[in-house]
Amino acid sequence: MEKSIYLDNSAATKLDKRVFDEMKSYYFDNYAVATSDFGYSKGIEAKEALENARSVIAHRLGASSQEFIFTSGSTESSNLAIKGVVKALGDKKGKHIIVSKIEDYPVLHSAKALEKEGFTIDYLDVDEYGLVNTDKLAELITEKTILVSIQHGNQEIGTLQDIVKIGEICRNKNVIFHTDATHTFTRIPIDVKTVPVDIITVSAHTIHGPKGIGGLYIRKGTEIKKITDGGYQEFDYRAGIENIPGAVGFAKAVELSTDDESIRLRDMRDKIIELVLSRIPDVCLNGHPQRRIPQNANITFHYVEGESVTLHMDMYGISVSTGSACFSKSLEASHVIAAIGGNHERAHGSIRLTFGRFNTMAEIYETVDTIEKVVAQLRLISPLGHKEV
Amino acid sequence: MAFPYNETVLDHFKNPRNVGRLENPDGKSTEGSPACGDMIKLYLRVNPDTKIIEDIKFESYGCASNIATASIITELAKGKTIHEAKKLTWKDASDALGGLPPIKVHCSVLAVEGLRAAIKNYEERHGMVVNLEPTTVDTIRNRLRRVMNPMKGLDMVATNLIKNIKLEDGIIYLLIDLSETHQFSNVIKEEAREKLETLWDINEIIIEFTE
Repeated sequence: MEKSIYLDNSAATKLDKRVFDEMKSYYFDNYAVATSDFGYSKGIEAKEALENARSVIAHRLGASSQEFIFTSGSTESSNLAIKGVVKALGDKKGKHIIVSKIEDYPVLHSAKALEKEGFTIDYLDVDEYGLVNTDKLAELITEKTILVSIQHGNQEIGTLQDIVKIGEICRNKNVIFHTDATHTFTRIPIDVKTVPVDIITVSAHTIHGPKGIGGLYIRKGTEIKKITDGGYQEFDYRAGIENIPGAVGFAKAVELSTDDESIRLRDMRDKIIELVLSRIPDVCLNGHPQRRIPQNANITFHYVEGESVTLHMDMYGISVSTGSACFSKSLEASHVIAAIGGNHERAHGSIRLTFGRFNTMAEIYETVDTIEKVVAQLRLISPLGHKEV
Repeated sequence: MAFPYNETVLDHFKNPRNVGRLENPDGKSTEGSPACGDMIKLYLRVNPDTKIIEDIKFESYGCASNIATASIITELAKGKTIHEAKKLTWKDASDALGGLPPIKVHCSVLAVEGLRAAIKNYEERHGMVVNLEPTTVDTIRNRLRRVMNPMKGLDMVATNLIKNIKLEDGIIYLLIDLSETHQFSNVIKEEAREKLETLWDINEIIIEFTE
């Protein structure tokens, strides 16, 4: 394939060469595990590298190093957040948890698994833009509620929740608040000194870091217990040999992900939305027009099906994703689009475009030209593509 | 590249044959897939003497498998008599395409069902259906199971869109639990009418909405 425009950066990003350069020596030169200060020198050096990485990432969240642990990624982080709080408080305080309807699978499916074990889960509704109803959240919290898990930015439609307000509600009612920040970390600033959030899921794979490394911020004093048994690593929250090259790479990725970059991503996002909405008829933007993560545009092209669009785009060398049922392995349409409108047709033709460091404005223009062509072609063969006479 | 689709499927997807619609077709059908929300329309032109399908066109609101199968099934049906074409199966279409991924079966079955429904529609409109059973409320309900509710991606019976069905002196009264101004009310009304109007003992169909 000659040309390649990759616009699925919320699924995975290209590893930055500078990140890889930092990681390399921890595979080939110093590959030791992190030992205690009384170990051998290679182990002590490895430990220092791990603690430096931890400090860089914790600092980005306004946290202390002791409040940040490494995991294997978002899925493990959110599992630990939810099941760890359950382990600490399930028998002590109660069996009630609140999550939003548009959470990504680690949170949503953890909640569903707990439901089968007898927990009561409230799946909080969102409005047409994907924003949770905070008044409703306050009403749902009871003295049996042990956890509220509401994401920061949505994986599909990019909507940003008001985590300050949500955190305040939880704090007032003395309930632990976890947020999945996989799609916002370093793109939107979060400072735990001002945002009343107790646990935060983050990952390297969305910010040009390596796959297989993520982390969890756990505010000091939060009641949570480890869910895997083994050694005493990561302040005894997460057993298992530390992924030191991954941690070092994650820290470098965090350093490279700047506010300037967020602005550049936002400009690309705004440009693609502006061009598509002005040039292609019968389209609608999914998610909130302003309150959205900088790297996400999600647009429904009426009268066409998403897998057909992605396949055509792929033939032109452009990678995008869709919420259509036909695209998924399970043949389930996007639960996020269902939650914002309950309309199957909207998911059927929804296309997600997510931007990263290596995209250019020229690629944005080219993508719009191509998508305009592809949608027009598919509408020609669609029974819904022309007005009835 | 390990694509799930082979070259033949991709060719029919990229350059679908027999796309479009026919004005005043001799037979037509609209089929929707409850599983994924795909939809297909088929139009037939049949020679009244030989019963050969002289022209066939389709439109698809569907994924790659749906488009490719519709393309191949129209190629297979063209030039055959309606009796021969009726016997075409999903397997014939899949074989002609060199195979389809198993999970995509339902998207492609839709195209084959569309062909059969269009032939049935032709036969009913041309008095070719023998052993006619009188229409009952159950017949009507069964036919409405093939009308898709685009909001849910399931049929209108399964999604409780039918508030009431009444059958009296060859007139069907259908009450749909939806607002008349709803964005999909016209599509659903048109499809329900299309499914019912070929019933041999029905003279009139009155479709109303609850709001």
